Amino acid sequence: MTKVIEIIGIGKKYPGVVANDNVNISIEGGSIHAIIGENGAGKSTLMKILFGLVKPDSGSIRVRGEELNLKSPQDAIAKGIGMVHQHFMLADNATVLENVILGSEPTGALGTIHYAAAREKLTEISQRYGLEIDPDQLVASLGVGERQRVEIAKVLFRGAEILILDEPTAVLVPQEVDELFSNLKGLTSNGLTIIFISHKLDEVLQIADDITVMRRGTTVANVHPKETSKKALAEYMIGGALPEPHPGESSRGSDKALKVEGVSFTDHDGRKVINELSLDIFSGEIVGLAGVEGNGQSELIELIMGLVKADSGSIEIVGLDASVATTRQIRDAGVGYIPQDRHRDGLLLGASLWENRVLGHQGTAPMADGLWVNKSAAKSDSERIVSEFDVRTPSINVAAHALSGGNQQKFIVGREMAGAPKVLIAAQPTRGVDVGAQAIIWNHLIEARRNGAAVLLVSADLDEIFKLSDRIAVIFRGEITNYLDPKKATPETLGMAMTGEKIA
Amino acid sequence: MSTVNRVKDILRSPARLYLVAGLALAALSLIQIWTGANDITSDGASGATLRFSIPLLMAGLGGLWSERAGVINIGLEGMMIVGTWMGAWFGFKSGPWVGMLAAAIGGIIAGLLHALLTVRIGIDQAVSGLAINLLAYGTTRFLSGVYFPPAGGDILTSPYVKPIALFTVPWLSPHLISLEHKHYFFISDLAGIIAGLITRTSWASLLLMMALPLTIWILWRTKFGLRVRFSGENPVASESLGVNVYRTRFIAIAVSGALAGLGGAYISVVSTGHYLENQTAGRGYIGLATVIFGNWKPMGVFAGAVLFGWTDALRIRQSDSVHATLLAVVAIAVIVALIKLYQKKFKVAIISLVCGSLVLFYFFAQKVVPDEFVTFFPNLTTIIVLAFLSQRLRPPAMAGAPYRKGEE
Amino acid sequence: MTQKKWFWALMAPLASVIFSIGLTSLILLLKGASPFGTFKVLWDFGSQGSNLVSEVNQTVAYYLAGVAAAIGFKMLLFNIGIDGQYRLAVFFAAVVGAQVHLPPVLHVLLIMTTAVVVGALWASIAGYLKVKRNISEVISNIMLNTIASGLITYLLQPTRLGYNLPGSNNSQTPPVPKSGWLPSFHIAGGNLYSYIFVAIAIGALYWVLLNRSVFGFNLRATGMSFRAARASGINAPRMIFITMAISGGIAGLTGIGEMMGNTHNYSLSFPNGYALTGLALALIGRSSPIGIAFAAFFWSFLEGAAPALDLYGVPVEIVTVMQAIIIISTVVSYELVKRINLLQQQRLVGAAAVESTTKEAVK
Repeated sequence: MTKVIEIIGIGKKYPGVVANDNVNISIEGGSIHAIIGENGAGKSTLMKILFGLVKPDSGSIRVRGEELNLKSPQDAIAKGIGMVHQHFMLADNATVLENVILGSEPTGALGTIHYAAAREKLTEISQRYGLEIDPDQLVASLGVGERQRVEIAKVLFRGAEILILDEPTAVLVPQEVDELFSNLKGLTSNGLTIIFISHKLDEVLQIADDITVMRRGTTVANVHPKETSKKALAEYMIGGALPEPHPGESSRGSDKALKVEGVSFTDHDGRKVINELSLDIFSGEIVGLAGVEGNGQSELIELIMGLVKADSGSIEIVGLDASVATTRQIRDAGVGYIPQDRHRDGLLLGASLWENRVLGHQGTAPMADGLWVNKSAAKSDSERIVSEFDVRTPSINVAAHALSGGNQQKFIVGREMAGAPKVLIAAQPTRGVDVGAQAIIWNHLIEARRNGAAVLLVSADLDEIFKLSDRIAVIFRGEITNYLDPKKATPETLGMAMTGEKIA
Repeated sequence: MSTVNRVKDILRSPARLYLVAGLALAALSLIQIWTGANDITSDGASGATLRFSIPLLMAGLGGLWSERAGVINIGLEGMMIVGTWMGAWFGFKSGPWVGMLAAAIGGIIAGLLHALLTVRIGIDQAVSGLAINLLAYGTTRFLSGVYFPPAGGDILTSPYVKPIALFTVPWLSPHLISLEHKHYFFISDLAGIIAGLITRTSWASLLLMMALPLTIWILWRTKFGLRVRFSGENPVASESLGVNVYRTRFIAIAVSGALAGLGGAYISVVSTGHYLENQTAGRGYIGLATVIFGNWKPMGVFAGAVLFGWTDALRIRQSDSVHATLLAVVAIAVIVALIKLYQKKFKVAIISLVCGSLVLFYFFAQKVVPDEFVTFFPNLTTIIVLAFLSQRLRPPAMAGAPYRKGEE
Repeated sequence: MTQKKWFWALMAPLASVIFSIGLTSLILLLKGASPFGTFKVLWDFGSQGSNLVSEVNQTVAYYLAGVAAAIGFKMLLFNIGIDGQYRLAVFFAAVVGAQVHLPPVLHVLLIMTTAVVVGALWASIAGYLKVKRNISEVISNIMLNTIASGLITYLLQPTRLGYNLPGSNNSQTPPVPKSGWLPSFHIAGGNLYSYIFVAIAIGALYWVLLNRSVFGFNLRATGMSFRAARASGINAPRMIFITMAISGGIAGLTGIGEMMGNTHNYSLSFPNGYALTGLALALIGRSSPIGIAFAAFFWSFLEGAAPALDLYGVPVEIVTVMQAIIIISTVVSYELVKRINLLQQQRLVGAAAVESTTKEAVK
């Protein structure tokens, strides 16, 4: 096998940030090469450089021995490099064919598009690589897996031989991941090279032929999956041992702070996403909610927070009938809420940090003083959060969007834990934050539990669930199908439970 | 559910428009027979409808181009104002066709300003549009004061433009008209409508009508059109595939301006023969409405322009025709109610029945519909259509949203 | 940093006024008129005592339209329906005011309340369509403006709510009795409406409610992020609806000063175009109650001074051109300043992050 791509000493600086520094990777033709690293390790900058979106300050890239000088993605495409973006770049209101040919339309006189020729070429590609896409379907009607295959087809249509896949499994359910992997194997067996960017260690170990680890903008290790372990990879990624939370002794109280009883919910597409679900959480207890994404976790959270109303059943939060109460009443009763999408649900990005401190607490003292906002209380408590949670910011007057994701999340956790909540809903509390912030957030969740809060921890990170939970509740198709004891259960049993099997 | 889909299909597919148009014509024909208001489908009314529809169609297509490219163009009104002025002044100086050309150029300049402000600099699209309207209004008034009085006009009116030649299709036109006067059910109505389109019609009408097929062809069959549509649906994706979104949008908005300018010139050069202040009378806004009404499709825009142009024409010609068409409104309300009853949506069914009976009551209680009501008929229709159909409309996904290259 | 903010807040509009003066001068030169002479005529005529008073009266009306627009902006609402809202409001306020005989204060209050209610109700149609039907308020308001005009013309017919003065074709509403009048101050040969105090009160209320109250916080939060507001317990759709209604209510007060201080009835002489002006002033004044006041006065001054241009041989419309240029250049300069500030802030945060990591490394 030959080296198809050689990345030599690539460096890139942004104002105040070194994004890439002396990055060296060489990639064999016809292989799947994984690049892993934490958020902010410089993976995406490297990809942008490879795809011609960003120019490096130093270093060089060689493709088949030829030095690359990319000015735009078009140059990259011309050199046979294609990119499958994490967020799909598709127009819903257009057909698959239109989406695929855009930018390299086969045309005749007067710029007329040869739709027939294009359709034929796409069908041929689809068949050769087993992508199974219908050129004339409207993208709006496609599922996530199909959309991803359209993205891959788009790249192949342009004759790419090197495919960059940026976190391709982030949005897929396990079955779709399996399908994707078999597609990828099909591509490499046809001689294509794949660069697979991820932070999911299990998947990387399963699919990659080579693995490069990045940390703080530079490449720190190059390993073969057969010669390494998940633990070793994790330690390369963070440059030390993984932090371990120490939940300590059970602090479970005797009263149920959150009682969900026989709740059902139908979404606006008419699907019954929550089905007669019951779940109790005692005060001083962390219950980890485990499940494959899309099995009703988000809807359960919205029901508890009063953002949507149940068809039937009851929800009781510290004595309040939450099935009829408004979100405001539920929050005022002492419920903290760390939403899973912090940018859209957790922050006013354009507002200052201290104003964000008020958000969600504007109904009660100390943030509200009768009809008025208590500005000085908001400011002083923001200062407290900044120092206690190590939020890195020049001041509490800067707008929230200026902060990095990890610091935003620490601020949100600090806000939601202010005033000793009786119930805390923590959805993906450490998603996309660095290891340091993760440790801080974990410690505070444990502290909330010690102070008597009932914590519902919803996470796709099963390690997190295992380490923090007193009990694990497994959600499957809108029902709690199993309770597991984290001290006794293994990842295998949990995995089986998540696919719907009953574990005694 | 299947009925809904079928109705949807009918509403969406251009081919089925003929069916709807046929049914509507049959209904109008019946109403005429019953009420004796013969002007609804006469050749005169049809010709007038054409003249009133063309400016709306041009504004609507202008709006379509711009919104399909992702930029809402409230400045259509201003671009039309520029067109009326340029058309009249240069038409007076150098002949009507030069006037039309000048109007298109004026529209393009206004369009490019809108593109510069919204696409390049990134200010709010509504703000830019309104500023352009104000700028157009102020500038044309200023220029009228400077140029018109010395040339024989006054501060509000330009001197007359030499008219553009008219054509009548020989043989066919007189035969259709005589058929129309026979008052056969449906056939005479159809004959009247066609006769109106080919009798003493301006060449300018014929030329501007070409904008409709051209728009369909460019936007749906060519590479450039595909890129325009993707600039409105997903500019980030377009950019990632090497499409220059800024340039595409600039061109689309310039086309938008040209169409609006031509629509304006049609009013001043063809319809009235000279410039009058406030001549556009909000037609740019109605053009915007036809875009929504037409679900961002050219044939839909065309249907909207004809509907609104027709009400305009009826109002000018004969007010008892308007009165008679109230019955058509009643019929529509009854049909909607029946469909909704079938779908077991009783609330909507009852609302439309009540509305229908109110209109019917009004029909018998009053002999004429006040002019003031007819004036805002297009506006009211737009609101009602939006209120009932907003869930089914499919605007370009990113129309109105700010887009900066390199930011997601 | 706050000093810098002030600097930019003032520089941007100032620069655009200078830019527009420059551009207007160019146009004047092309036309063969002296720019300096033109601006001097504008200044001299505009700053005459009685003209100044009527400009202040006009400022009050523009100010209210500006505040109405600004409240909408806080919710990302573009209330172009101010025209319809204000005209329907003055119309019905005049009609109601003419029908009743009440003690002076009550009468005035009734008229103002009517105006607020009518404006708010009319605006809430657009609010309802926005919240329940997801229809852009720009489109619905443009349509509603025309409908309002049609309704008023219809109702103003002598056979309905209006009447014609003997020998005149101009329809108007019957006069409001004296108890429904607002007193004026005689200053510098003009009549200054006491309605100016209403405008000041509205401006103060606007600022306090928006920046200090929980309601204002909820309003701004919803404008910044619908979803975050909802997750924080705000009933965001209702907030949008209420904001539209408040904006309409304030718009309803726009023409009342002129009606209660001068005309004492409604006629078609109440001008169209307050929506555009209000939006422009809110933009130029950055939705700040003080900023809008300055912008409104500047606008009224230009318009009040314009008639003198005719005598000077320059078309009055040059002022409209100037206004349009000011709007465009102010908005553009704010956009540029916004981008500069964002870059600076990101640098600051970047620097803070680097600093704390180096500190860590030293430890």
